[in-house]
Amino acid sequence: MAILVIIEHHNGAIAPATLSTVTAASKLGEPIEALVAGHEVKNIPETSTEIKSISKVLVADSGEYAHSLAENLAPLIVQLAENYSHILAPATTFGKNIMPRAAALLDVMQISDIVEVVSPDTFKRPIYAGNAFATVQSMDRIKLITVRSTAFEASEASGGSAVIEKISGTGNLGLSEFKSSELSGSERPELTSAGIVVSGGRGMQDKSHFSMLENVADKLGAAVGASRAAVDAGFAPNDYQVGQTGKVVAPELYMAIGISGAIQHLAGMKDSKVIVAINKDEEAPIFQVADYGLVADLFEAVPELNSKLE
Amino acid sequence: MKILVPVKRVIDYNVKVRVKQDQTGVELNNVKMAMNPFDEIAVEQALRIKEAGDAQEVVLVSIGPSQAQETLRTGLAMGADRGIFIEAPHETESLSVAKLLANVAKKENPGLIICGKQAIDDDNNQTGQMMSAILGWSQATFASSVSLTSENATVIREIDGGLETIKVKMPAVITVDLRLNEPRYASLPNIMKAKKKPIDTLTADSLGVDIKPRLSVIKVEEPAAREAGIKVNSVAELVEKLKEEVGVI
Ligand SMILES: Cc1cc2nc3c(=O)[nH]c(=O)nc-3n(C[C@H](O)[C@H](O)[C@H](O)COP(=O)(O)OP(=O)(O)OC[C@H]3O[C@@H](n4cnc5c(N)ncnc54)[C@H](O)[C@@H]3O)c2cc1C
Ligand SMILES: Nc1ncnc2c1ncn2[C@@H]1O[C@H](COP(=O)(O)O)[C@@H](O)[C@H]1O
Repeated sequence: MAILVIIEHHNGAIAPATLSTVTAASKLGEPIEALVAGHEVKNIPETSTEIKSISKVLVADSGEYAHSLAENLAPLIVQLAENYSHILAPATTFGKNIMPRAAALLDVMQISDIVEVVSPDTFKRPIYAGNAFATVQSMDRIKLITVRSTAFEASEASGGSAVIEKISGTGNLGLSEFKSSELSGSERPELTSAGIVVSGGRGMQDKSHFSMLENVADKLGAAVGASRAAVDAGFAPNDYQVGQTGKVVAPELYMAIGISGAIQHLAGMKDSKVIVAINKDEEAPIFQVADYGLVADLFEAVPELNSKLE
Repeated sequence: MKILVPVKRVIDYNVKVRVKQDQTGVELNNVKMAMNPFDEIAVEQALRIKEAGDAQEVVLVSIGPSQAQETLRTGLAMGADRGIFIEAPHETESLSVAKLLANVAKKENPGLIICGKQAIDDDNNQTGQMMSAILGWSQATFASSVSLTSENATVIREIDGGLETIKVKMPAVITVDLRLNEPRYASLPNIMKAKKKPIDTLTADSLGVDIKPRLSVIKVEEPAAREAGIKVNSVAELVEKLKEEVGVI
């Protein structure tokens, strides 16, 4: 049976996490089909046909799918479900919002945030903020899965040659309505797919000091992240939060600056290739996971780092 | 209006969990347990809505082993009015929990259900959405601000790109994010008062819900440990290491 991947897209671009989801799907079997739902989706279907290993792209272009409201999207997924053995979406706020709704309508227990496909019915996933990994086998006929994008390489975005099939909408249930959004949209790379991430914590002391990190990030072509404490204190926007209940990142290089290293933070960055910590407290738990630790006052170390990167 | 708040008993977020030797799960014996932190935020929000005069009653529901009643008491001490306890194994899956909660909602007829976005033990992030689907209600997930009229809830959601505002029809399920509010501490007199507040007990059978698991846990393992790193003595040394050993800068 075929496998369906839900394409996440925003403002005419496919979300990078979708490509990792395709890779996870390719470990389950084939053919892999994709669903593009949205309103005035423009070039997204064509771009999706080029993703490697996708054979067909279903396109539901209809007003009720604007802004990806779960109440309208879930019935569409349910309607398609009988043709598939697995339905996958990225474990982003998009996927986390819609997939459980579809799963419940299908009477299926979703498998959240998988990091490994063990076999077509068995998956590995983190629990307890990644302090344990559970291998679970699903007995449901159809498997609804969200995928942790950092655990799977991105599938190639070109080289594919899928066909497009238009499908009709399932209607607007009128339960919810999009009003507005306030997106942080920065010039820097996207946090979850950036090669380098520079994150600040409560030790940054003030919102204005985050510009020190931004300078370093700009020189390195890095994304900027934050701990929960830094977000709560208003130093950084909510979408910068890295951790168990924020974003999961696994860049080549993660720099934790003025971050103590609580397990909830580690849950979101422990799989980074190289971890650097700058903290004035040599006992800070972050040093237990850091490849390179520097015990220093960040207000001296970060400007010095910045100048050394000239 | 009545507000229903599902609260889960989980290992306290400060505890470092240990995987059992036989790999069947994590050690729960003699481990400090607490209300799921997101659920405290949900209780707090419900209480604030009641205090603002927009709700008359806050009812808590917990599904779990008999000690889950302690979690209900914690919420009652914060100020909730009464509790409903449904005895079930600790591992009851989100789908079953959602079905149980939906059936409770059909009996209780709340105008709003507020729950946590995620239980910090299973990290599933699905119960609220599932419950909303089963009830055919609207859903507003990952809320960092909630304002109500009699017909609608306007909710600011924390999404990957920033913030999004949606308006949902009541009755609704709202799942809360960390920044919605700062939960209150229960005062000693309120802890005493909570002891007298009613807790009803229900069973999955009496609610007509089959809670047989759909996932079987093959094993639970420790994560791979990171190899210990080194301390560098200066920024210069750090930059040098990053250049020569990592090659990313
Ligand atoms: C349900 C729940 C979910 C959570 N989810 C997340 C999550 O997703 N992500 C997350 O990050 N947290 C999360 N947390 C919070 C987590 O438990 C910690 O409270 C938080 O990570 C601490 O942030 P911090 O390290 O910035 O602050 P602190 O723990 O206060 O650490 C600040 C650090 O800065 C250092 N410092 C101070 N001044 C300087 C200086 N001048 N120079 C150098 N170093 C300095 C200090 O030595 C200290 O180590 C969650 C908590 C709960 C309960
Ligand atoms: N056993 C339970 N009893 C009561 N509420 C629960 C239970 N399990 C989950 N919930 C609620 O559902 C939310 C999300 O849980 P989960 O989908 O498991 O991550 C929690 O924050 C609780 O509000």
